Amino acid sequence: MKQCFTLGFTLLFVFFCGVSVSAKETAAPDRGVTINVYNWGEYIANGTEGSLDVNAEFTRRTGIQVNYTTFDSNESLYSKLAGGGADYDVIIPSEYMVSKLIEEGMLSKLNFENIPNFQYIDEPFRNPNYDPDNLYSVPYTWGVVGVFYNTDYVESVDSWADLWNEDYAGKILMFDNPRDAFAIAQFRLGCSLNTTEESQWREAASLLKEQRPLVQAYVMDQIFDKMESGEAWIAPYYSGDAAILVDNHENIRFAIPKEGTNYFVDAACIPITSSHQREAEEYINFLCDPEIAGANMDYVGYSTPETAAKAYLSPEVAQSPLHYPTEEVLARTEAFVNLPESTSKLVDSLWAEVKMGGPGESFVLVAIILCFFGVYVSIIVYKRNKRKREMK
Amino acid sequence: MKKAGARLYTFLMFLFLYAPILVLIVFSFNDTDTGSRSVWGGFSLRWYQKLFEDRLILEALCNTLLIAVIAAVGSTILGTMAAIGIRSMKRIPRRIMMNVTNFPMVNPEIVTGVSLMLLFVFAVRLLGGRSLGMGSLIAAHITFCLPYVILSVLPKLRQMNPNLYEAAQDLGCPPVKAFFKVVLPEILPGIVTGMIMAFTLSIDDFVISYFTSGTTQTLPIYIYSMTRKRVSPEINALSTVLFGAVMVLLLIVNIRQKKEKPSWEKKEEETL
Repeated sequence: MKQCFTLGFTLLFVFFCGVSVSAKETAAPDRGVTINVYNWGEYIANGTEGSLDVNAEFTRRTGIQVNYTTFDSNESLYSKLAGGGADYDVIIPSEYMVSKLIEEGMLSKLNFENIPNFQYIDEPFRNPNYDPDNLYSVPYTWGVVGVFYNTDYVESVDSWADLWNEDYAGKILMFDNPRDAFAIAQFRLGCSLNTTEESQWREAASLLKEQRPLVQAYVMDQIFDKMESGEAWIAPYYSGDAAILVDNHENIRFAIPKEGTNYFVDAACIPITSSHQREAEEYINFLCDPEIAGANMDYVGYSTPETAAKAYLSPEVAQSPLHYPTEEVLARTEAFVNLPESTSKLVDSLWAEVKMGGPGESFVLVAIILCFFGVYVSIIVYKRNKRKREMK
Repeated sequence: MKKAGARLYTFLMFLFLYAPILVLIVFSFNDTDTGSRSVWGGFSLRWYQKLFEDRLILEALCNTLLIAVIAAVGSTILGTMAAIGIRSMKRIPRRIMMNVTNFPMVNPEIVTGVSLMLLFVFAVRLLGGRSLGMGSLIAAHITFCLPYVILSVLPKLRQMNPNLYEAAQDLGCPPVKAFFKVVLPEILPGIVTGMIMAFTLSIDDFVISYFTSGTTQTLPIYIYSMTRKRVSPEINALSTVLFGAVMVLLLIVNIRQKKEKPSWEKKEEETL
C-alpha cells in the first residue's frame, strides 16, 4: 500500500517536472546565471492559449535562467523588499510605488546603454512625474481608469457624476482601495490626485460619503461577475483588465469621463540589492523589444507604451479607444505619486470613515452584538434556574 | 419530529461545508471566455487544458509538492524521535516539554512567520548567503509540522505496553533492532497519521510560507498573487484536481485503518 503511495507521488513528480523543463530548441548556451523577476500575478504571456512564453524565450535567446515569481499588491512587494529576505533583480511596481522606492533609495540607477530598446518608448511615457529624470524605471504597461456600464439600464456615461446618479441607486460599484476611490471624487472636484491640502481630501471624503448609500458594494475583481450577471449596472475599473468584458458582452460599454481620469503605469526597475544588474538590464531590454512587447501585451490585455509594438498586436486592439485612448483624453489624465506620510495617514483614516459610514451604523452593530450577548446570558440564566429547580 | 430536526440540521451542516466546493467544481467546467463565476456558458475542459499548459502554475505546484514531501518526512522523523524521548521523561520535564512543543500550534501563524523570517534573514546574512529560498521554506515547514506529528505519535506510545520493548531486550535483541522490530510497528498508525497531517498542512500553508519564501514561489502564494486581477478558472480546475487527490488519499487511509486494526485492539478483543 505504502509503496503504491510512493510510486504515485514519484510518477506525479516526474510528470510535473518533465512538463516544466521542456521546449529547449536551439538554445543559447547556459550562462549559469539566474535572475529573480518579481511581477504582478497573471501579468505576462506564459505560453498558454498559443501565446509566446516570454520567460522561456528570454532564456532561449540569452542563456540566462529566469526565476519568475508574482505578487498581489504594491504593498506586498514593498514588504518583501524591505524585509530583506529576498534578492530580486527585476521588479515591476506601479508608479506611486516607484516614486516611494526612489525616495527611500531602494532602486539602483539603470544603465541605459544596456537597454537600447528604450528608444522605442513613446515620448509621453518618458520622464514621468514619478521618476522625473527617468533614471530608475522603464515603463512596462499602462492603462486608464474608466467607467463600465450596462446599456440595458444606463443610457450613456460621460461624467463621474453618473456614479452619484440616484436612478442607479443600489446598482453602483466602487473601488475598494482608497487612492482609486478618492481619485474619482477628486476629479469631480477638479483638484489634483496628489494634493497635500487636507481640506481637499476632506471635501473628497464628504463627496464619497454622500455616494455611499447609493453604492451596492466596494469591490475589486468581483466587478466582473457583478457586471456580467447584471447585478450591478455601472462600475469604474482599469481599462486593460476589463477589456475582456466589453469584448464578450454587447451590452457592456466603456467610457472615459470628461473630467479626466487617472492613468497608471507599471514600470520595470532594479532593486539596489540586485547582484545581477547586467543581466537584469538585459531582461528589461528584452521586454522592450517591440516584437516581444507586442506579443506579450496581446496576451496580457494591457496597453504598451511603444508605438512600434502595436504592429504586433491584433488591429482591433491597436485601434480600440479602450486600450489606446486619444491624445485629447490622455491630456486630461494624471498619475499617482507617493504621498507624504502625514497625508497618506489622513487618507487611510478618511477612507475608513467613508466605508464605515456614520456613527449611526456602528450603533446598529453594537446593538446587534448586545442583543446576541443578552440572548446568551438569558439562556445561561434559564438553564441554571432549571437545574436548581430539578435539584430541589 | 425530533429526528426530522436532526436530519435537517445535519443536512444544513453538510450543505455549508460542501456547497462552496461543489460550486467551485461546477464552475471549473464553465465554458466562457471571461471565466465567469456567475454565468453558465456550457461544459468544457478548456481550463484544465490551460492549467496543464501553464508553466508557472505547474512550477509552483512542483515546489509545493517537493516541500510538502520533504517537510512531511523530515518532521515525521524528528517528531517520532521527540515523542519517544518525551515519553521516557520524568513527569515534570515531560509536562514542560509538552507545553513547549504545543506552543507553536496555538501561536498565531503570522507571529511564527515573521519571527522565522527574521531568524532566517539573520542566519543567511551571517552565512553570507543572498536570499531566502527553498531551504528556509523547508526548515519553516518542518518547524510548524513538528508539534502535530508529536501529538499524533504520543498517544500510540502511551497505548503501547512498555514491557514489550524490555522483553525484546531480555531476549537478546539490541536496542536499535528492538525499536525497529517491536516499537515501530506498534506506533506506525500514529506515525502515518502524523505524516499525512504534516503533508496536508504543508501544502496549504500560506502565511508562514509568505514570509519565509524569499524568491521561491509555492502554489498558495501564486494563487494569492492572482487576486489583483481575478482568480482565473484555472484555479478552479486546479482546486478540483487537488480536492480529488486529497479525497482519494483520505479514502485510502480510511480503508487501510479499517483493514488493519491496531494490535492492542485485537489483543483486547482476545482477552475479552
